[in-house]
Amino acid sequence: MQQIVRVTDLTKQFKNLKAVDHLSYTVNEGDVYGFLGQNGAGKSTTIRMMLTLIKPTAGHIEIFGMDLAKKRREILRNIGAVIEKPDVYKYLSAYENLQLFARLSGIKPTRKQMMDQLEMVGLAQRAEDKVKTFSQGMKQRLGIGIALVHNPQLIILDEPTNGLDPQGIADIRNLILHLSRESNKTIIVSSHLLSEIEQIATRVLIIDKGKKLVEGNATELLDPAQTIVELQTLDNAFALQQLQLSNWTDKIQGQRNNTIVIKLDRKEIPALHTDLVNMQIQLLSLQPRHSLEDYFLQVTSGNQHVDTYTN
Amino acid sequence: MLTLIQIELYKIFRRPRTYIAFGAIAALILIIQFGLKLDGKSYSDFLMKDIGGSMVIDGNIINGYLLCYIMLQLLLVHVPLLVALIAADMISGEANMGTLRLLLSKPYSRTELLLAKFLAATVYTIMLLIWLAILALFLSMWIFGLGDLFLMKSSYVVLINQHDVFWRYAGAFVFAALAMVTVAALGFFLSIFAENSIGPIVATMSFIVFFTILSTLNIPIFNVLKPYLFTTHLISWKEFFDLKVNDANEAIIGSIQNPQRIITSALVLLLHIVGFVGGAIFIFNKKDVLS
Repeated sequence: MQQIVRVTDLTKQFKNLKAVDHLSYTVNEGDVYGFLGQNGAGKSTTIRMMLTLIKPTAGHIEIFGMDLAKKRREILRNIGAVIEKPDVYKYLSAYENLQLFARLSGIKPTRKQMMDQLEMVGLAQRAEDKVKTFSQGMKQRLGIGIALVHNPQLIILDEPTNGLDPQGIADIRNLILHLSRESNKTIIVSSHLLSEIEQIATRVLIIDKGKKLVEGNATELLDPAQTIVELQTLDNAFALQQLQLSNWTDKIQGQRNNTIVIKLDRKEIPALHTDLVNMQIQLLSLQPRHSLEDYFLQVTSGNQHVDTYTN
Repeated sequence: MLTLIQIELYKIFRRPRTYIAFGAIAALILIIQFGLKLDGKSYSDFLMKDIGGSMVIDGNIINGYLLCYIMLQLLLVHVPLLVALIAADMISGEANMGTLRLLLSKPYSRTELLLAKFLAATVYTIMLLIWLAILALFLSMWIFGLGDLFLMKSSYVVLINQHDVFWRYAGAFVFAALAMVTVAALGFFLSIFAENSIGPIVATMSFIVFFTILSTLNIPIFNVLKPYLFTTHLISWKEFFDLKVNDANEAIIGSIQNPQRIITSALVLLLHIVGFVGGAIFIFNKKDVLS
């Protein structure tokens, strides 16, 4: 599968803050790539570096097989983005905004094409209304319409469901899925709504404090058969030592917040339990987790860096 | 690039704020014209009060040309604020609205975008000056008619034959446009440092007031600086209305007393424009956009 985005050792140092720290990841053609992290984790800084709004301190960004630093214009021509908030010109109508950004993207769509675009994001009825009369959700939808107006190959959506009501969220989810499945677009979605990412992402990147915690295949991450188990014991150091000497050693994901994290097949849980008893590990709790939210909270609650486990 | 300039102009002229400047100039000029139409004689007497004992003027000095000169003197002091309203908002306004990041993620270089924005601000400034010319010169000519231009300078009077005036106004307006574009360039430069337009607008006016005071202060230590301050040269349009005289002390038609001063002033202003815009491009190209 063709790599659309390849980020290598990307670093951004603001005076006293390392916002992004040697971040590397790849996005493949057709991916809906969930970009997750707590507030201040470095998601927006990373996205802004991909759009050349922020200059990296170090590292390399390659998009569509071209170096972003050298082929900025060619690359940006094929990217549509909503960056943080869908801010547009409030004194212009939805139609005028769309037309303006279409021209900025180098195209001159017909009125019908423009209206189709507005129809797709549910704003055709309000096409001639000034944006200052729009709700946050309508602005969000217009922002997405603007990101799509020039039919880009790569779409970057930063918090696309912000300010939307449940129906609006469902509409955007369906739109993203449609763009991915029917139009084979590659979409990077940053969001704090993990349940949304869970429903649409094919691959997921979780970052914390600018560092990659996990990059993986979403279906594998969320596969009910592939479960993350958190162990709490009276003596974690002893437990970890015993597990590393056992057949479970390859399945240990790490240790954080007084828990040992093990990834295993759901059917293996009874065997693990038996082995823990046999190893005389004094178990306080054994908790299986398999939602993305659980996984996200689990990996971002500690400071340890977890390597990529799936590609 | 042309598309970018068209888009920037479209944005400028779709904003209600843009028309405040055109409205303000129209209101001021129409009020002055109305007042002088009703009571021009009193104003003429007031002007002649100081020199009435030493010379006699036969006829009416109030005509379209004099009105335009009076209005230029009054308005060109205030036009910088109207120019700054737009120019100082070009980048900071986009940052404030949140549209800057969307603009900069489009396939144009920052240099192209800034040049397009500055050129659009320049077009706006020139249109403002054209509007000023239409109302202050042409409308005054229509309402008050034509005549010789009688000007009182600090220590002498200038009488310009009516057939020798119009081209001087053309030159004066072109120069005034250059002066106002310099103000636009300053506002534009300051706008890259802020995320709302109030700061750069106030800063632009503060710079102009500060340097104008320095330009007019007659303190020897500041005299060295004066030739290099753009504020010293903003009013050099008046040089078009100083004539050379022959040995009989008669005005030479078609002459300008000190054309070199106009050229020098124009060059200083041009250098400032290049400096402000070049500085803005240099700094903005290195800037991380966090708005």
